[in-house]
Amino acid sequence: MDPARGTDRHDGGSGPWPPPMAGRNDGSAPRQGAFHLYWRLVAISIRAQAQYPGSLLLLSAGHLVVTLLEFLGVWALFDRFRLVRGWSLAEVALFYGLVNLSFALAEAVGRGFDAFDRLVRTGEFDVVLLRPRSEVLLICGQELRLSRAGRFAQGLIILGWGMSSLGLAGRPEVWMRLAWAVAGGTALFCGLFVLQATIAFWTVNSLEVVNTVTYGGVETAQFPIDIYPSAVRAFFTWVVPLASLNYLPLRGLLRGGDPGWVGWAAPLAGFLFLAVSLRLWRFGVRHYTSTGS
Amino acid sequence: MTCAIRAEELRKTFRVRETASGLGGTLRSLLRPRYREVHALAGVSFALEPGEMVGFIGPNGAGKSTTIKILSGILVPDGGTCTVGGLVPWERRVEHVARLGVVFGQRTQLWWDLPVTESFDLLADIYRLDRARAARRRQELVGRLDLGPLLDVPVRQLSLGQRMRCELAAALLHEPGLLFLDEPTIGLDAPAKLAIREFLRSLNREQGVTVILTTHDLDDVEALCRRLVVIHHGRLLFDGDLDGLRARVTSERRLTVDLDGDLDPARLPGVTVVAREGRRLVLAFDPATVSAPELIARLAALAPVRDLTVEAPPIEEIVAGFYRGLDP
Repeated sequence: MDPARGTDRHDGGSGPWPPPMAGRNDGSAPRQGAFHLYWRLVAISIRAQAQYPGSLLLLSAGHLVVTLLEFLGVWALFDRFRLVRGWSLAEVALFYGLVNLSFALAEAVGRGFDAFDRLVRTGEFDVVLLRPRSEVLLICGQELRLSRAGRFAQGLIILGWGMSSLGLAGRPEVWMRLAWAVAGGTALFCGLFVLQATIAFWTVNSLEVVNTVTYGGVETAQFPIDIYPSAVRAFFTWVVPLASLNYLPLRGLLRGGDPGWVGWAAPLAGFLFLAVSLRLWRFGVRHYTSTGS
Repeated sequence: MTCAIRAEELRKTFRVRETASGLGGTLRSLLRPRYREVHALAGVSFALEPGEMVGFIGPNGAGKSTTIKILSGILVPDGGTCTVGGLVPWERRVEHVARLGVVFGQRTQLWWDLPVTESFDLLADIYRLDRARAARRRQELVGRLDLGPLLDVPVRQLSLGQRMRCELAAALLHEPGLLFLDEPTIGLDAPAKLAIREFLRSLNREQGVTVILTTHDLDDVEALCRRLVVIHHGRLLFDGDLDGLRARVTSERRLTVDLDGDLDPARLPGVTVVAREGRRLVLAFDPATVSAPELIARLAALAPVRDLTVEAPPIEEIVAGFYRGLDP
């Protein structure tokens, strides 16, 4: 008998080879769906962060304080000039809050993509590709950054203050509108992280260019975009549609003039941006070159 | 008949950025980057039948790992085709890797901070395994790899040998028909190596799992694989059994003899002295010029012989000789 061969597999039995996975649960029970897996993976990251609760708390609190202090600068500006291009401080607070909520959520959820160059450099992405699940799901599941609760809280505080100053806080329809805008904004920033990760397939150091757009974009979009020169406005409307996450949804609400659907439709641009980024990402995966053995 | 694996003319070229030395060089390469092309694979073809166990050997950077990564669906080749169990790995990645187990000796598939058992649970979810069946399989692997005492230990606290056993179990939980091992015994001590070899042998024999193994440890290959494939400079240079490789390099045999007297080897024609250590002589000879019985008879006529063995040169020397013959 041939010692290095199997006993029964190679005598031309019919059917596919290797046989379909034996232990597979074909009913695709709900416990193994994508969301279930996401939470299982994220729970690991949360447990790891909770091992040092003090550090997590300090980090979040620090984040909150620093970002609130940033807003102090805006307040000082408005204290001096009262209005900027006709926008009041309370109005700007809405813009400011929406961007920070979106960015905080994206940084918490999209951390895996934000830090993706590390996975490429260490070759850990190989292991991701060996698992029979969507690589996007597996990368998102790597980490949920809880410390971004700090920026999130800041966004919420400032948004809440702006809403109540403008007498909008009691209108659920407005809250829904804004929640939808935050969802679109989160998708948009996640799209930027995905783009940044895609670049890592070609240059091992994730390009700072994207970082400039991301962080520069956050700073820029904290104000209504119509205060900027037209080139900046065009870039953040048509290329990286940051205008869709606060300017377009808020303009109709605060100034009137736009038909109602504009505010509702604008955040879709964020999802579209994410979808395009993911397409580019898939293209990048095919150019992944791994690292030496 | 289905081939487990068929690879035809696989090619892969990497562009490596060249950086000149010094600050000036760094600046220059920033402005005008220069690339060097490295042909990791320059047309590699082979086929594997289900149930085979094949060793891939070759020096560092020869293209072994690149081949494994293409077969695993991690890398997309620049040219050539390949099917594994009827699927093109990189086109149907998710389906493909569901039937595949891979162990990288230098990279972990387990969660560093979690106890082994939790890593196994997560993998069961990732592979969507049926609970009862997964539990049975897991019990079997825990028994055969002796993982019982390790299950509650966080992965980072395991020794390399312990971790390797856990990695093997992790790669086999979903009962793949195909297993790729990239240097599975690297850095392991002798007992750990033996345990892993024994396990792989039984996995292949009893469950018919097809195995590809890349290694620098030629003892692995000798112990496990009837067939071996030598890759060098991105080309497949040899595909056959160890005897075939031996014949390619040398037909030389070694005679080790302990004598009870003195002997002048010059009186034995067709023989060269490889080593001499007190009364022990190691002689190399070519069976085509002088056959072993003939040589032994002549030897015995010249001096009293206490003990003697005839063997082929060790596999390391054969392979080293093979590489030497390739590099002019």
